Amino acid sequence: MADVTFTVDGKKLTAPAGTLLIEACRTHGIEIPAFCYYPGLSLQAACRMCVVRIEKVPKLQTACTTPVAENMVVTTESPEIAQARKATIELLLGNHPLDCPVCDAGGECELQDMTFKYGAHESKFVEIKQHREEQQWSPVVFFDRPRCILCYRCVRVCGEGMDVWALGIQNRGAGAVIAPNKQDHLECEECGMCIDICPVGALTSGTYRYKTRPWEMNHVGTICTHCGDGCRTTLGVRRGDDGMDIVRGDNRDKSGINGDFLCIKGRYAFDFANREDRLTKPLIRQADGKLAPVNWDQAIEFAGKKLREIRDARGGGAIGVIGSNRTTNEEAYLLQKFARTVLGTNNIDHHRTADYPAFAAALNHSIEPGAGSSGTPALAGKAEASLRDFASAKAILMLGNDPTEQHPGLAWQIRTNVRLNNARLYVANHELIKLRRQATSFLQIREGDYPALIAYLGGDDSALDGNGEAAKLREAIRGEESLLVAFGSEFRGGDVSALVRFGSLLPTVKFACLADYVNSRGAADMGLYPDLLPGYVPVGAAAHFAEEYGSALPAQPGFDLVQMFDAAERGALGALYVVGSNPIARYGVDPAALSNTFLIVQDMFLTETAQLADVVLPAANLYEKAGTVTNAFGDLQMVKKAADKAGVRTDFELIVRLAGALGADPKKLVPFGRRGVQADFGQARGAQSGEVDRHGVWLAAHHLEPKLSPFDPFAILDEIQRLVPAYNVPHFELLAGDDQHLRPGLVRIEDAGSRRDLVLPSNDTLFSSGTLGRYSQMLSSVMEARKPAETAAD
Amino acid sequence: MATISTHPDCVPVVSYRFGKGATAIDKYLELDGYKSARKALELGPDGIIGEMKASNLRGRGGAGFPTGLKWSFVPKQAPRPKYVLVNGDESEPGTCKDRLIFEHDPHSVIEGVIIAGLAIQAKMGFIYLRGEYRYLLKIMEKAVEDAYAKGFLGKNIFGSGIDFDIVTQTGAGAYEVGEESALMESLEGKRGVPRIRPPFPAVVGLYGGPTIINNAETIATVPHIFRIGGAEYAKLGTERNGGTRLFCLSGHLQRPGVYELPMGYNLKRMIYEVGGGIRDGKKLKAVVPGGSSTPVLLPEEIDIGMDFDQVGKAGSMLGSGGVVVLDETVCIVEFALRTMKFYQHESCGWCIPCREGTDWLKKSLTRLHAGGAVDKDIDNIRYLAENMLGRTFCPLGDAAAMPTLGFVKKFRKEFEDHLEGRGCPYHKAREEETALV
Repeated sequence: MADVTFTVDGKKLTAPAGTLLIEACRTHGIEIPAFCYYPGLSLQAACRMCVVRIEKVPKLQTACTTPVAENMVVTTESPEIAQARKATIELLLGNHPLDCPVCDAGGECELQDMTFKYGAHESKFVEIKQHREEQQWSPVVFFDRPRCILCYRCVRVCGEGMDVWALGIQNRGAGAVIAPNKQDHLECEECGMCIDICPVGALTSGTYRYKTRPWEMNHVGTICTHCGDGCRTTLGVRRGDDGMDIVRGDNRDKSGINGDFLCIKGRYAFDFANREDRLTKPLIRQADGKLAPVNWDQAIEFAGKKLREIRDARGGGAIGVIGSNRTTNEEAYLLQKFARTVLGTNNIDHHRTADYPAFAAALNHSIEPGAGSSGTPALAGKAEASLRDFASAKAILMLGNDPTEQHPGLAWQIRTNVRLNNARLYVANHELIKLRRQATSFLQIREGDYPALIAYLGGDDSALDGNGEAAKLREAIRGEESLLVAFGSEFRGGDVSALVRFGSLLPTVKFACLADYVNSRGAADMGLYPDLLPGYVPVGAAAHFAEEYGSALPAQPGFDLVQMFDAAERGALGALYVVGSNPIARYGVDPAALSNTFLIVQDMFLTETAQLADVVLPAANLYEKAGTVTNAFGDLQMVKKAADKAGVRTDFELIVRLAGALGADPKKLVPFGRRGVQADFGQARGAQSGEVDRHGVWLAAHHLEPKLSPFDPFAILDEIQRLVPAYNVPHFELLAGDDQHLRPGLVRIEDAGSRRDLVLPSNDTLFSSGTLGRYSQMLSSVMEARKPAETAAD
Repeated sequence: MATISTHPDCVPVVSYRFGKGATAIDKYLELDGYKSARKALELGPDGIIGEMKASNLRGRGGAGFPTGLKWSFVPKQAPRPKYVLVNGDESEPGTCKDRLIFEHDPHSVIEGVIIAGLAIQAKMGFIYLRGEYRYLLKIMEKAVEDAYAKGFLGKNIFGSGIDFDIVTQTGAGAYEVGEESALMESLEGKRGVPRIRPPFPAVVGLYGGPTIINNAETIATVPHIFRIGGAEYAKLGTERNGGTRLFCLSGHLQRPGVYELPMGYNLKRMIYEVGGGIRDGKKLKAVVPGGSSTPVLLPEEIDIGMDFDQVGKAGSMLGSGGVVVLDETVCIVEFALRTMKFYQHESCGWCIPCREGTDWLKKSLTRLHAGGAVDKDIDNIRYLAENMLGRTFCPLGDAAAMPTLGFVKKFRKEFEDHLEGRGCPYHKAREEETALV
């Protein structure tokens, strides 16, 4: 729309016609206070705080409902307006309990801030206050009615934002009260958005309430460790008995790729970190067959010695390595480098939840006509959708997956885009997924019919029983100028190629291949595959890796995850090093298969796999380290060290230490201080990773410069960026906490069709998160409370 | 059945058929019924609106907006269906006129809706009665049924080729839904809270369609305007205040009742001649001229014409035409408290100033009336009312604040008499009186 010019507080401003005055002012740095106004949610005009004076209008007007108009003259601060706001606050404080000294929101309460600003300090109210007892609505949501100022943000975010509609208003007048959908309790997605959005302490969190004051915490913006969306979460940490404890997760930093959103896992499911049964001492299996605590040097030396013996006696091929979906890119990368250069094996894999090699190959093969075989891949990189793209795309095709359960951040972005921008959503699924409610067109197909659907969309009428819905969907998609296509693990191998081929016929198309965990994508990109190096480079084409590493790499593909256990069973696997993974439980491996294999497990807990180990190394989780992770959409983000637990070590450190114990040169493994270190921020980068100080003694003992340490993940990021051009994004933006979409050129792989399909979808719901989720008391309690009710509200 | 009261000064226009059995459709037809609708059909939309403008009819709900002008705001072309909506949520204390219309002349409402529908080319009308008027729904439903049977509603009304339907509905007992946008919310099946305006109902109203919503008396007046002619109707009243209206006289009068009098009729004469003066030879203390939300007038302020402009000039409002007369035995604090109890009970709770303000004022007035207040509390009552005024989402907050401000300003002495433990002097007087008996 055309711009209009108007005057606010004597300043000439311009904004597009139709912009709400409150937004236009915020854009220009003029803050108009409001309780009920919330960008993106429906207008209420209920709190009357945003009143302003508009020339030639008799009464004060609410800035949240007034669109800017040409030549409008506005005053936002004057004695009259200040008085109006002060009076509104006085009216609110009348029935407010003023229990600020114990209120969770004390110190970060909008009502406090407004009271401070407008000086409603005199208590005029001498009547008896209304009181209602506090209510617990769910394991995570508590409601304290007297504190509520009835701004209806919670009602709207739950209904409009989440499409759950679990909150409403009961009674009227002074008796009006926010109420949950099931009389005295909530049945909802437990996202906690209502708590996040509450401007006061009326809605409080089951994990946080009465635990601390906000100013006693450090607030660290990092990335949630759960699903593949990679949402930004801000962790409130406070000094505890044995380190820094996480006491809260929220979304203070609304600039992340998740915008306003966090789901139950990002908000509450950090509690695994503080569990009593967390491993804090290395364990070694004793002669009596029991695991017993030892000190770190003993554990590392022992593990290193055994690995060295097996490598030297039986060759690297007798050792297997299993990596994690939840370690950083730097750790995953380091793990494969350790496996290939120190252990000398390609026997490396991870729990695959999406077929990224097939995706990479498919994009690589979608070469523009005439570009020739040596041409740059036409679609690679630039054809991959960022999570942010889903918030603004005009049209989205969602194939398979259930984002509400498995990618709640994506589901939020799609819902918001449909609601605010009238984006068109096309959904095809074998289940009646909740997101169909936002869909322009929903097509239910049989579970095995996804390939047929793609053939049908591509023009093959015989592929699918062409009922009316399918034809409508095809016609609608063909009419789209640009399209985002997100697909779940229903698509693998050749199906991914078929889908990408179909998409390349459309004018503009971008894809997203959905994987299940925070760094599932990074694990794939970083080469946790027996046949692929970082960047999907086949192990046979490793020349430039060998050059960078200064040592030869094994040329033949190694064992994949299933083959490793087969090898173990027949006695061909001398040792297995498992980092942050629980294959015994996830793949249903018979524990007896490992009886002749020396097993080293690095984990937070004594999982089913760790219970079988000969050496258990207590590891830090994603909230206790620095580095980068890549979400399912190829958005690269930095994680910051938030918490700390005495006794544990990061996977990065443990890999380096283990390499040291095997006699490898740490400087060769982690090329710190070597050529081409782009990100030498000196002391700052050490501080960033939080590792340098702690390692000062060890570094000095090894004649290493503490400022540039082999424990600095950024040193390895430099190397990743040299070898995997897609990851060559600006460091400064990463350090600043911005998400960076991967660059084109990720792909080298030529043929993925013949690879074994080892994708095992986790089938997590909103309330589960693989092995890790089992250790979250909060997730367990929510699932317990929901029995026998259905999962996610539908 | 409630009846209309009469006085020689009365001019029966709206009440023309009251007491004549016009609930029966045949009787209604005998008394010139549905002739206006036929006439309107001939006039067409522009003709109807022209006639309405000529009548100088102003909305009888309280705000007094010119009806013809309101109808002319409805766009001719609209993407959604247009609707006519009758606001029969008569809830303003002191007002009981619409009830008589529904009881005595339901067809005039139907005919008015048809004419309004023709004016804006709507195909559907809704008649919304307040929840407490559920018993009137039967009369209204019977009338609608009869009109359908005669072919005045439904397909091809009056053989004109035009279709028009009417649906009746009652509320659930909320004063707030008398506010037009809240009424639309309620009619749509939602909580009765008002909507943000603009957009105004004429553009985006019921179910998102352009809607004219008028008070029941306004709509019932429409057929009479076409019966006697717009210009003729206008002449009955004063300048810019056409016609007559139903005034509801209540309180300490000799002859309280609903009287149809010309607009601009002198208030003093209304009280002393039409209403027969104050009962039991007592003295007049105050008059609430237009329903409980209008500021109080003192005896020396009542020599004014009862139209929207003159009452406005006197510092109050003509409102809904509910004239409440208070004699010297009334405790103004108690009256203010009773008024505030009503608004506190009826506040929908949507916005802060009204929700919190009415509740706080009720509590303070209760305490003050019982003698538990000090001087500062009177100032605080005034402060609260002043800070509600003009700040609320809808006019309900104003409706609660305006009379309160009037009482405090004009009867401050009486408030002061209650302070510091003294309590209500009127109560004491009454108790003494009772004791003597």
